[in-house]
Amino acid sequence: MAYRHVVGPRTHVFADLATLMAKATPVRSGDRLAGIAAESAEEEVAARWCLAEVPLREILARPLIPYEADDVTRLVLDTHDAAAFAEIAPLTVGDFREFLLTAPSETLARIAPGVTPEIAAAVCKLMRNQDLILVARKCRVVTRFRNTIGLPGRLAVRLQPNHPTDDAAGITASILDGLSYGCGDAVIGLNPASDSVSTLSGLLHLFDDLIRRLEIPTQGCILTHVTTTIEAMNRGLPVDLVFQSIAGTQGANAGFGVTLPILKEAHEAALALKRGTVGDNCMYFETGQGSALSAGQHHGIDQQTLEARAYAVARPFRPLLVNTVVGFIGPEYLYDGKEIIRAGLEDHFCGKLMGVPLGVDVCYTNHAEADQNDMDTLLTLLGAAGCNFIMGVPGADDVMLNYQSTSFHDSLYLREVLGLKRAPEFEAWLARIGLTDADGALLPEGPSARLIAAAPGLARSGLAA
Amino acid sequence: MSADRPGAAPDPWARLARLTPARIGLGRVGSGLPTREVLRFGLAHAQARDAVHTPLDAEAVAAGIAALGFETIPVASAAPDRATYLRRPDLGRALTEAGAAALAARGDGPVDLALVVADGLSARAVHEGAAGFLAAFKPHIDRAGWRLAPVVVATQGRVALGDGIGAALKARAVVMIIGERPGLSSPDSLGLYLTFGPRVGRSDAERNCISNVRPAGLSHDLAAFKLDWLLTQAFALGLSGVNLKDGSGPALDAAPGLPRLGDGSPAEADPA
Repeated sequence: MAYRHVVGPRTHVFADLATLMAKATPVRSGDRLAGIAAESAEEEVAARWCLAEVPLREILARPLIPYEADDVTRLVLDTHDAAAFAEIAPLTVGDFREFLLTAPSETLARIAPGVTPEIAAAVCKLMRNQDLILVARKCRVVTRFRNTIGLPGRLAVRLQPNHPTDDAAGITASILDGLSYGCGDAVIGLNPASDSVSTLSGLLHLFDDLIRRLEIPTQGCILTHVTTTIEAMNRGLPVDLVFQSIAGTQGANAGFGVTLPILKEAHEAALALKRGTVGDNCMYFETGQGSALSAGQHHGIDQQTLEARAYAVARPFRPLLVNTVVGFIGPEYLYDGKEIIRAGLEDHFCGKLMGVPLGVDVCYTNHAEADQNDMDTLLTLLGAAGCNFIMGVPGADDVMLNYQSTSFHDSLYLREVLGLKRAPEFEAWLARIGLTDADGALLPEGPSARLIAAAPGLARSGLAA
Repeated sequence: MSADRPGAAPDPWARLARLTPARIGLGRVGSGLPTREVLRFGLAHAQARDAVHTPLDAEAVAAGIAALGFETIPVASAAPDRATYLRRPDLGRALTEAGAAALAARGDGPVDLALVVADGLSARAVHEGAAGFLAAFKPHIDRAGWRLAPVVVATQGRVALGDGIGAALKARAVVMIIGERPGLSSPDSLGLYLTFGPRVGRSDAERNCISNVRPAGLSHDLAAFKLDWLLTQAFALGLSGVNLKDGSGPALDAAPGLPRLGDGSPAEADPA
């Protein structure tokens, strides 16, 4: 069915809902690369006018990718909560924006299971950045494993201690550095350079040993392919969280070597380990706009909508953590700081609206038109938006993946400016070991000797002396 | 400037910094970084940005390569400028029709090997490293007796541009010597991508990559040795990519004067 909008002497025609959604998207390089972006500024706004009048029921009734052709579409429709949807069913996309601006947190939590990714994406396209912040701030998605993440007024940090050769002492040094800045409550999560199970085994034991020895109320994760983690669990290795990169179409997930049944198998295996102490959210997913186009599996759908569909893949697994790696993919998908900032706010909003515990890897590569000032801006906006977690990378420079993210210091900045606390269990631990005062502020002289002495690899190598 | 002055909290972790290239033990001033570290980061980012945006001086690069005794041909990808190149990787992978015709006209019959030097995402890496690497690799070519096409110097090129070039030059294999996406501490890194049977449409899984070729990374001599090994295997097996595992380690152990090095793996993705 074609959609039309008249602007003065011109009639803008959009062949179908997918075209309309793509043209209504604030223009970005990835949609241009796919040849689906609006071709003029007027066309972009005309598409938004037109989209504002589309009923939510119609979006639900017209899957962008056919049910028969794609298991993500099947997942979305088969698990759709009609009762939750009933409350918003009479609305158009434009009405829905206004509904969201005034809805209290309880209402947003109630409708979340009825919000499909296409509905979230559609309303997102009508929202200004301030709308995305205001509404996301009201959506609370709280998850638990060994601590509680996503409470109002709190921000968690993934401590990301990557090393180019997975050297245990080097990784441990970065972990201790991060802990000394009060980072690591979301997860201590490493992207390994190697994907061999033997390397994985050493790293899993290293993390498990460190967390136990220091009695840190947090979880560890080695971000390797889900099938490798399944193999690790089969071998009895200490796996807290199962990680996987996911995308919004069946084909793009196939490109990652992952299917919904594999994710289910991994989830069930991790649940059975019962390693969480205060909850059983045990999955960790990463996503990012452009991944489906990059895999040639985008079906002519805009990248922001496909990103929201990735959250639909995550949702049934009740993940502890989901983060978009917003600027990692490069300027052919998000060209500059403006596009990265917009995408970061969109992703966070869509995830939260759908009831998914979104964090954001606020990041960029050196060939993007962006710098640390852009990251400061996005970081601050996400802090205001109630983002569940961010990354803590030493000095913001990931020496394994060669990109820039946010640093331990950046998290201190955000806490100071916005008064954000850590996960409560982790905050209490920091005070208990004497690293912070009662308000969570770092003390000038932290318990460095104790932290180092407790680190197994470093103690053995004599560096604790 | 110093984190040691009053008001700047001394960081107790500085001595751990030698265990990792990661930026640990930076110290802090309140919630912020010491001025020294802000400037260090700024400089590293500036160098990486310059590496991306400095235009390739193709004439100077060609002259340096010609001085080694190679013939050279200039070619431009279908991406007309840097801004387009960054937004349209498809254009950086494609030859213009005129470019393909010019190459076909210069190629005279089948050859074993086509070498392409391309700016990729770091012209600096090419300016500083391409001729040096080719000087190190030339004895390997001579020893193997491979028939060589003229060395192509390509601007606004991505890895897959080599596929069309190799096909136009009727080469059994193409090696793309290309500036890699600069990391914050590696603005000068070359990547070497080997593709057997080059033709438009080859996937990254059909290539082998030797990465991080730069003074602080993999030396020219070691990179040349590994490339020789991979090429010899590719010609013997008639393939490249995931089914050609780098086994140059044992060969290196047996080679006098060359230390052992890390892995050179199948190409995972197009970094440039």
